[in-house]
Amino acid sequence: MDMQAAKKKLGLKERYAVMTRGLDWTPSYQKMEDIYPYVAYEGIKIHDWDKWEDPFRLTMDAYWKYQAEKERKLYAIIDAFNQNNGHLNVTDARYINAVKLFISGISPLEYVAHRGFAHAGRAFPGPGPRVACLMQSIDEIRHAQTQVHSISNYNKYYNGMHDFHHAHDRVWFLSVPKSFFDDALTAGPFEFMVAIGFSFEYVLTNLLFVPFVSGAAYNGDMGTMTFGFSAQSDEARHMTLGLEVIKFILEQDPANVPIVQRWIDKWTWRGYRVLTLVAMMMDYMLPKRTMSWKEAWEIYFEENGGALFKDLARYGITMPKCAGQIALEKDHLSHQAWSTFYNYAAAANFHTWMPDDDEMKWLASKYPDSFDKLYRPRYRFWREQAAKGNRFYSKTLPMLCQVCQIPMVFTEPGEPTKTCYREVDYRDDKYHFCSDHCKKIFEDEPEKYTQAWLPVHQIYQGNCFPEGSDPTAEGFDPLAEVLKFYNLEHGRDNLDFEISEDRKNFAEWRGQATRNI
Amino acid sequence: MQIDLRTVSIKPLRHTFDNIARRIGADKPASRYQEGTLDMQQEANYHYRPTWDPDHLIYDRDRTAIRMADWYSFKDPRQYYYGAYTMARAKQQDTAEANFDFVENRGLAATLPDEIRDTVLALLIPLRHVAWGANMNNAAVCAYGYGTAFTQPCIYHAMDQLGIAQYLTRVGLLLGDVASLDAAKQAWMEDDTWQGLRRYVEDTLVLRDPFELFVAQNVALDGLLYPLVYETIIDDVLSAKGGTPVAMLTQFMTDWHAETRKWIDATVKTAAAESAGNKTVLADWIVQWRDRAAAALLPVSRIALGERADELTTEIVQQFNARMAKAGVPL
Ligand SMILES: [Fe+2]
Ligand SMILES: [Fe+2]
Repeated sequence: MDMQAAKKKLGLKERYAVMTRGLDWTPSYQKMEDIYPYVAYEGIKIHDWDKWEDPFRLTMDAYWKYQAEKERKLYAIIDAFNQNNGHLNVTDARYINAVKLFISGISPLEYVAHRGFAHAGRAFPGPGPRVACLMQSIDEIRHAQTQVHSISNYNKYYNGMHDFHHAHDRVWFLSVPKSFFDDALTAGPFEFMVAIGFSFEYVLTNLLFVPFVSGAAYNGDMGTMTFGFSAQSDEARHMTLGLEVIKFILEQDPANVPIVQRWIDKWTWRGYRVLTLVAMMMDYMLPKRTMSWKEAWEIYFEENGGALFKDLARYGITMPKCAGQIALEKDHLSHQAWSTFYNYAAAANFHTWMPDDDEMKWLASKYPDSFDKLYRPRYRFWREQAAKGNRFYSKTLPMLCQVCQIPMVFTEPGEPTKTCYREVDYRDDKYHFCSDHCKKIFEDEPEKYTQAWLPVHQIYQGNCFPEGSDPTAEGFDPLAEVLKFYNLEHGRDNLDFEISEDRKNFAEWRGQATRNI
Repeated sequence: MQIDLRTVSIKPLRHTFDNIARRIGADKPASRYQEGTLDMQQEANYHYRPTWDPDHLIYDRDRTAIRMADWYSFKDPRQYYYGAYTMARAKQQDTAEANFDFVENRGLAATLPDEIRDTVLALLIPLRHVAWGANMNNAAVCAYGYGTAFTQPCIYHAMDQLGIAQYLTRVGLLLGDVASLDAAKQAWMEDDTWQGLRRYVEDTLVLRDPFELFVAQNVALDGLLYPLVYETIIDDVLSAKGGTPVAMLTQFMTDWHAETRKWIDATVKTAAAESAGNKTVLADWIVQWRDRAAAALLPVSRIALGERADELTTEIVQQFNARMAKAGVPL
């Protein structure tokens, strides 16, 4: 009894330490390098894993409790949304194309994050980071699943999402997000953490997640909004992990600084190129806009990110060099992207359209230096052509950047009427790039980026036609065959919004709700 | 204008995603387990080889000797997707918390006979390291296995094992103090009793075949350890000697084992039923790891069972063999 009374209560930090690090031991029957084989080859030096500061202290009992509570609420809302035909509450059916982009471009990445953090959560010799990574791993499968479950109902009523897993592995523009995450997952565990934990989750998350979630909120999409907000509380943990990782690595050894700097430069650019899709979503696909891409970049990267990099300056880390070019592109990015998708609407799994007059006005007010001069005339021309029955769908294939895999549609920094091309000769081949930054990434690791599965090359090599099709047969229609390979239904999943089944159905279903039958 | 959308009755264009419809038929809605599991892992056109394992694709069927025509033949009988999993565990956690409260509030730990308390500390607390190894191993199976149907339950299992290591830590702190944790760790590192088991765990930490790792950890080691320690020693032998409060503190583990073995058995059964080749590989692994696990657990079980250790361990092995035969792998 006395012993019990004298027992000293552990402080929170000590208690968490015995619940995690205290479980670990130094092995003697097997060598450390055999148990943790992936931790040395990147050249990052860690002298003392005990210096790791746990970014949050969550034991499993508390984790289950909090998360189950969140799941209960989330699924109750999803159920209600589904039962009440909540999809008919969105501003207009064009909005649903943002959902298609999300489920086929982003949700599969949540899954890869889950596997990637399981890998990192096994790979580090430090017990602190292992536990933190595993918690993120299980959170990420949550994100993947809650997104699929929320969007499942949209898939029942609208086109383009019906085979999103299949599409993610094949459709040309989806190789942009896919190759981004494949790149991170195939990097070493430290680079993965800098790429995803820090650059993606900490620096860029507000430019990815927030636009979709607030876009959903503005456009009456309760389902997407709810999983978004529910995931935000997990994100808070992920962000603190991302920041702790970077500080920990930098504090361990000065030789780590240049390696980390290269990774930050690379992953900021890689992430930014993926955000091209978000930029056009914000400026063109939301019937009710939240803010422009340019405003978002200025607030979330230039202001918030600027403060962050000022903070990291004490470690010798500087603002990624690409920030200068991104600033020059911010007046153009979303317009160039939307123009591209407008052209390639026959080969995509969502609809595109030309902005109406009010929307053009909004764009002009948000982009006073570029819209009226460069993009409005283009759109006016396309609108006129469409009115005459000449809605243009490009049927030729674009050249892709070897690294970011975006068609080479971007313009020279500071010269918005001149397309930017870069190339490198490597071994016996020529490789093409959208920018100096993608080119630099290639030159640092050519062996990696020559492996890229470039959708256009693959189509030309005949690898993207359904089995049994014969490209030499008379009347062979390559685009039609590629669509079959993508499992996209021509006339339903693709083409202009104006002529889409989505538009027609949505109008009819909403009509039923507003009329007395 | 407020529109009452509930009154609208519209016919859906489709019941679920195509990948699910291809598997279950297009005429019915899919469950959340199915939509959250089937084909979730990327299947094709990976862009780069892992720099940490250039001989394999990102997700690669060839990391294991087990061959499956379709890795989505595996089904978790509990149908756990994240939401179902966390809600189930939160409920068990409520019970565990109530049990800990009950024991703490009534000072039941102090009423334990010294002999029982010492036995429990000596036996249970080093097992937190075993659970920690199981956490790492299941993280590895999840990371390097193929197909979400097989890998998904492993991340849940990994987190469960972390939870178990933490419950065991709490038992140590309740019946003893931080010094008891240290003493148990020292025993784990140095005492002969524990060296066979520690070697077993460390040897599994270097296994590269994710399915063999699944067998060594979840099938063989835990398949003997849980029935031996939680069902036989704690719920039976020690309870009879006044150790019931301990059984309350480890109820989570007993219930958890009863639940998770359904998934483990289903996994073995599906892999074995796939081909004679799989069955042979599985039988080889299971026999090899079972024998090592039984030998490693014997000195540990002596802590509580003394002379009866051999007899009861043999009994547990026989039960284990029967269980495997039922799962399609007669040993
Ligand atoms: Fe996420
Ligand atoms: Fe590029």
